[in-house]
Amino acid sequence: MSFPWAKEYTPSHPFMQWMDQRLPLPRLVYNAVGGGYPVPRNLNYFWNFGFLAALCLGLQIVTGIVMAMHYAANTQVAFDTIEQTVRDVNWGWMMRYAHANGASAFFVVIYIHIFRGFFYGSYKAPREMVWLLGVVIFLLMMATAFMGYVLPWGQMSFWGAKVITGLFGAIPFVGEPLQQWLLGGFAPDNAALNRFFSLHYLLPFVIVGVVILHIWALHIPGSSNPTGVEVKSESDTVPFYPYYVAKDGWAIGVFAILFCAALFFFPNALGHPDNYIPANPMSTPAHIVPEWYFWPFYAILRAFTQDFFFIPAKLMGVLAMFGAILVWFFLPWLDRSPVRSGSFRPLYRKFFFFGLIPAMAVLFYCGGAPAEEPYVMLSQIAALYYFAHFLIVIPIVSAIEKPDPLPFSITESVLGHDEGAKLRPAHGATEAVHGDV
Amino acid sequence: MAEADGVRRRDFINIAAVSAAGVAGVGIVVPLVSQMSASADVLAASSTEIDISSIQPGQAIKAIFRKQPVFVRNLTPHEISEANKVDVSSLRDPQTLEERTKEGKENWLITMGVCTHLGCVPLGAGEGEAKGEFGGYFCPCHGSSYDTAARIRKGPAPKNLEVPEYAFTTDTVVKIG
Repeated sequence: MSFPWAKEYTPSHPFMQWMDQRLPLPRLVYNAVGGGYPVPRNLNYFWNFGFLAALCLGLQIVTGIVMAMHYAANTQVAFDTIEQTVRDVNWGWMMRYAHANGASAFFVVIYIHIFRGFFYGSYKAPREMVWLLGVVIFLLMMATAFMGYVLPWGQMSFWGAKVITGLFGAIPFVGEPLQQWLLGGFAPDNAALNRFFSLHYLLPFVIVGVVILHIWALHIPGSSNPTGVEVKSESDTVPFYPYYVAKDGWAIGVFAILFCAALFFFPNALGHPDNYIPANPMSTPAHIVPEWYFWPFYAILRAFTQDFFFIPAKLMGVLAMFGAILVWFFLPWLDRSPVRSGSFRPLYRKFFFFGLIPAMAVLFYCGGAPAEEPYVMLSQIAALYYFAHFLIVIPIVSAIEKPDPLPFSITESVLGHDEGAKLRPAHGATEAVHGDV
Repeated sequence: MAEADGVRRRDFINIAAVSAAGVAGVGIVVPLVSQMSASADVLAASSTEIDISSIQPGQAIKAIFRKQPVFVRNLTPHEISEANKVDVSSLRDPQTLEERTKEGKENWLITMGVCTHLGCVPLGAGEGEAKGEFGGYFCPCHGSSYDTAARIRKGPAPKNLEVPEYAFTTDTVVKIG
């Protein structure tokens, strides 16, 4: 679906016409990311991060396939093959660190993308499915990143695998058999390493598939925008090509500068020295932490230190950690406000900037800190707010809040007036009612 | 199969075909799921023998059982009395030292070296390692402390360190598993 004024694909070259009648793939691309996709004209830079996320996925797949050419998933040699790739393979050092830092870049981009969605209400009708698929992508990313981190078979790899598969051991009755089934043994070993490698190679392509669904679902209503007011007329939009292709190109430039700075000057800044020690099942590193992008959720896991009625603390932590992401699935229905954008929601905005963001920052910091006071108590407070934000604050705020007046249209919000609006009185009347909500 | 029974020939074929496909589907899933379980060679290496003759009272060793550490500790009389002083009903996972050792061998505490929280190796078996505030084992990952009977006393771990199945084959050799 698209807007009636979307430009139609009209190939001029005879070969492209021949192709269009037999396999209209160029037409599909034209309508998806070309001149045939009208996009709101007022998108700000936060709307570049979806494209950047796709770029990161491509970067990870390309560098990952290269890494797989030099890697061997065997506990005897896995650590050495990574070192050999870095030291001996032509450009191996670059591929390895591009892949490792690419994962971090991917998560930076995706967190901004997700929080863009939180602030601007991108998850609301009619884009719930876009949001749900996005959460699925995030879960797949976390699984992929976790398994990828195990592959070098260093100390952090090994103990990360042990701790995370240990989470499943917390499930009553089936936990221990499930954990052994996941690992193919009593502890992480060759069987686990091999299946992690297999799945680490598979899942990115599953992500590609879900990304296609994500974009497909997005293109049904079209992109949202910072005002949250839906597109009303042609003057509200510009074609994706050339306008947003050029803008995304600019974003690539900025991204590439930052990424290259990390890759070439601080390739190990986000890594852990302990992962340059080969895995030793007999000795746990003094301070095991996951990669930085798991810290907020790791903090929630560790925040539960007391049994909760009949539920053991360990199981509570596991449930809360998964619940922290699963709650996002319900967000489109927890937030009842008809106004999308946080720019027009004074109360929601306050809780976003002074509640959710600080809570996430505290969880982030505590997740990387040792499991001792005051970090445990801080995590508990922040985790409590985190869940309250989604389950209590958002439903209440959306019920009692009085939103600021919305612009009549995207064009009006950009230009200060919308000449076309006068020609559409009937349309405008219904919108005025909507605007009062 | 007569039409009069209300069962049409096509319905029967349809149900039979879908049922057969369902059974075949389950038949395909079973090996796909089962192949991920521990393989025969992993299960075969699941018992181990340890010579304990050189472990002095107050010392402990780490051995390997099923690719995981197992702690063998020779408790001192003081450590045994410390463990027996505790009110069992006050424990998170109530067990006495007797229940966790073999009769007549109360000084030999044999447990898995796997924290029951998330599977880290607790400290305390090696020379000079921190034993935690209860004098047994201390897990550095999330701060679980175990006492001299390797019972959970503080921190997030839900259970005492697991006592594996074992038997003394002689006075100085233990067979685990």
